[in-house]
Amino acid sequence: MKDLIGKIHSIETFGTVDGPGVRFVIFMQGCHLKCKYCHNRDTWDTTEGTHMSVSELIEKIQKYEEYIKLSNGGVTVTGGEPLLQPKFLIALFTELKKLGFHTALDTSGMFPITPEIKQVLNLTDLVLLDIKHINDEKCKNLVGFSNKLELEFAKYLSDNNIPIWIRQVIIPGITDSEEDLLSLKSFIQSLKTVQKIELQPYHNMGVFKWDNLGFEYPLKNVPVATDKDIERAKRILGI
Amino acid sequence: MNFNEWKDFKGGEWRHEINVRNFIQRNYTPYEGNDEFLANPTQRTKKLWDMVLDLYEKEKKSKGGVLDVDAETVSTISSHKAGYIDKDLEQIVGLQTDKPLKRAIMPNGGIRIVEKSCEAIDVKLSPEVEEIFKNYRRTHNDGVFAAYTPEIRAARSSHIITGLPDGYGRGRIIGDYRRIALYGIDALIEDKNEVMQSLEVPSIFTDTVRDREEVHDQIDALNELKEMAKAYGFDISRPAANAKEAIQWLYFGYLGSTKEQNGAAMSLGRTSTFLDIYIERDIKNGILTEEEAQELMDHFVMKLRLIRFLRTPEYNELFSGDPVWVTEGIGGMGVDGRTLVTKNSFRMLHTLVNLGPAPEPNMTVLWSTRLPDGFKKFCAKLSVQTSSIQYENDDLMREFWGDDYSIACCVSAMRTGKQMQFFGARCNLAKTLLYAINGGRDEITGKQVASRFEPIRSEYLDFDEVMEKFDNMMDWVARVYVNALNIIHFMHDKYAYEKLEMALHDQNILRTMACGIAGLSVVADSLSAIKYAKVKVIRDETGLAIDYKIEGDFPKYGNDDNRVDDIAINVVKRFIYKLRKQKTYRNSKPTLSILTITSNVVYGKKTGNTPDGRRSGEPFGPGANPLHGRDTNGALAVLNTIAKLPYTYAEDGISYTFSITPKTLGKDEESRVNNLTSLLDGYFAKRGHHINVNVFDRALLVDAMEHPEKYPQLTIRVSGYAVNFVKLTREQQLDVINRTIQESM
Repeated sequence: MKDLIGKIHSIETFGTVDGPGVRFVIFMQGCHLKCKYCHNRDTWDTTEGTHMSVSELIEKIQKYEEYIKLSNGGVTVTGGEPLLQPKFLIALFTELKKLGFHTALDTSGMFPITPEIKQVLNLTDLVLLDIKHINDEKCKNLVGFSNKLELEFAKYLSDNNIPIWIRQVIIPGITDSEEDLLSLKSFIQSLKTVQKIELQPYHNMGVFKWDNLGFEYPLKNVPVATDKDIERAKRILGI
Repeated sequence: MNFNEWKDFKGGEWRHEINVRNFIQRNYTPYEGNDEFLANPTQRTKKLWDMVLDLYEKEKKSKGGVLDVDAETVSTISSHKAGYIDKDLEQIVGLQTDKPLKRAIMPNGGIRIVEKSCEAIDVKLSPEVEEIFKNYRRTHNDGVFAAYTPEIRAARSSHIITGLPDGYGRGRIIGDYRRIALYGIDALIEDKNEVMQSLEVPSIFTDTVRDREEVHDQIDALNELKEMAKAYGFDISRPAANAKEAIQWLYFGYLGSTKEQNGAAMSLGRTSTFLDIYIERDIKNGILTEEEAQELMDHFVMKLRLIRFLRTPEYNELFSGDPVWVTEGIGGMGVDGRTLVTKNSFRMLHTLVNLGPAPEPNMTVLWSTRLPDGFKKFCAKLSVQTSSIQYENDDLMREFWGDDYSIACCVSAMRTGKQMQFFGARCNLAKTLLYAINGGRDEITGKQVASRFEPIRSEYLDFDEVMEKFDNMMDWVARVYVNALNIIHFMHDKYAYEKLEMALHDQNILRTMACGIAGLSVVADSLSAIKYAKVKVIRDETGLAIDYKIEGDFPKYGNDDNRVDDIAINVVKRFIYKLRKQKTYRNSKPTLSILTITSNVVYGKKTGNTPDGRRSGEPFGPGANPLHGRDTNGALAVLNTIAKLPYTYAEDGISYTFSITPKTLGKDEESRVNNLTSLLDGYFAKRGHHINVNVFDRALLVDAMEHPEKYPQLTIRVSGYAVNFVKLTREQQLDVINRTIQESM
């Protein structure tokens, strides 16, 4: 299993915003969604990426063990969409659990719960679940997929006692209407294992990546989220 | 010895000999709590500090950033009459001249330097002083140039060796100022008289003659310091009787040194825990409150923030922001396992809150993974708030220097009162590599600077051939470099001897020859490119290699990749071994630092295209930092790379400057503090030596660059010291903004 190869976009050794403590963050290459606001456009293409084996990655991670464990941190896989490479995640997380590392998975959850995915989740200490849009029609328009699968995914996590941090990108005028935020609130209330709700202000610092790749950025005229926007959303969500 | 002033102190060896460490160990109270006990500034403190801020404002608006100069009086320990900011408010007194921020002239270092400094701000130097030092009294600077060889002059003007203390005071010597408070001047003179007697040996030759003359001067200096204190109404011939006196006595010692020497770095030492013993005693005896104790420390620090030197524009270009390096080492652990953190370690750092952030004193936390948790969190919190603290690895340095060392300048550890160094600035290793390729010709001027070697003639660079030639060129540069330093320090001892600072040392001390290197990451990446990619040489019509074309990718320094990190380690090892082969002045021990201060910008400017793809004129990374943009795996990968450089090869210190935006450090205050604490624990557990921590947003710095008036106290840390951001040159501001901040999205 240790020889399994994953497609990796890049790594960040001092991740502090994707889960508790200091995180070794692995950005996986490839994503099936087409989020119009994506700030990592360069991680979409499934044919790109650096090939790295589980043991190579483990070797790298172990070099940061002091920092990670002293801070009660761990390893986070994000992307791209990590669940596109479930076999690799199973192998990686199995090794990490053996070595006593906390594992976190940052995903859209837009997957049916297959036996493989179940296996990944069994090895996952925390899911950072990025709710794309609580309104199904708007979701389809924003990311190209229905939100049905991700809401079912959330329910599965809740039913199986897997801790969740809900993430919602606040895009002014797109994800933050009062009605949508209220229905998000009631959806979150239906889940038992939510530990934290993180609102992520929409920013345009990833736009240059679209330009570099020769793509038109779809949300050109949308303003970035201000502190005020975030405060308002928090108030509506009651957090 | 016995004094009434020592009442309530526990005895020990320190009563029979000068031994401050023993006094501390017998008497201090470790503190393992948090910062809740700390007091706010008093009304007096606020009033006084406002007056200082006004003075700063006036100073900033003055020509060359110099408020006033006494260009008539040659500064000595007792040359000026007493000066005050506001006599009624000041709890700790003493200024370098008769007025705050008025600078003094110290021509023993070099009369031309004083002239140039005065010229730069349109001040006329006293003709009498000029005449004396030009016609009757040789200066350090003149002595050095009388003895320099043509080879040294060439190496100097081609900038392969730069920043040498031949035109300014060498500094980096730390008097053990605590001795004055503990013993009083008379007991110290008595001790020096005994040394004098021990130097009555049967045959008296050069070394003994020099020693006798030096000790004679040291005794003079101690007497002069008594005179200086008397002008302020204090009798420091006896020991300090309480906390206020202890701080005052200690400060007088430091002040005297800054009146006698315009040194490149004038560190304070390791004083907070020593002073805590006096404060604890007074509090226990009911004669001092916490508010009063904090007030004394606030006023002490205010004085340290007023220390100024007159310097040339060239000096400012190298070390910008008017630094003094009043470095104070705080915390650490004792060899017996008790922490050396006391309540006064907190008070010293708390001045950053009470008076606001500032570059001086250069707050240096001596970090151990075993420091009390409350202290770790307090430091991390202040770092996030003020960016004014640097951290050095106490667990590492204790192995080498015990538990009573101080830090000179930025990263140079020395056992307090038992060790000094001959400061040697640094040599440009990146340029040395280019000289190896070009057979000793300078890549910019084309001049033959080094001895004529066979240049590399092939189209593509071969790693083994380059290494062999580089090794030879390092031999050459090490020889020229140490010869230059031997001349410099011989002359400094002769013409600008630090008699007061040395009076506060033991007679038998360890002297180090503190050499340094710049451009390590450029050299490592260049050699990595030559080894792992293909590097084609582009030559001009005279055959001079002026540019390089890299085909393919290569591992880069700063990514925790052993293929290139091992190259860096190997280069450092080779160079220190070459330095160790040289014969040194006063049999000093050669050491090495990887530290540039802000000179990474100037060094880069004077260095042509390098085989790693760096363009001519582009800045180097500061200290041991990777070149900007070469590190792609995040902050911890960089830390791991730096931590691999063995301290045994670079005992004079390995500096790393770390800048991060608040958002990248963590989502909220609590997680920022926790993440920073873990980062420091992890880095030091891996035997990293030094780290500067800056936490700020790029936008804030850009705004400060455009509107300096809004940010009078904005402090940032650069390679080993802290500066007022608004006092940096624009070029250096841009370097900080564009090249060093860790930011993730």
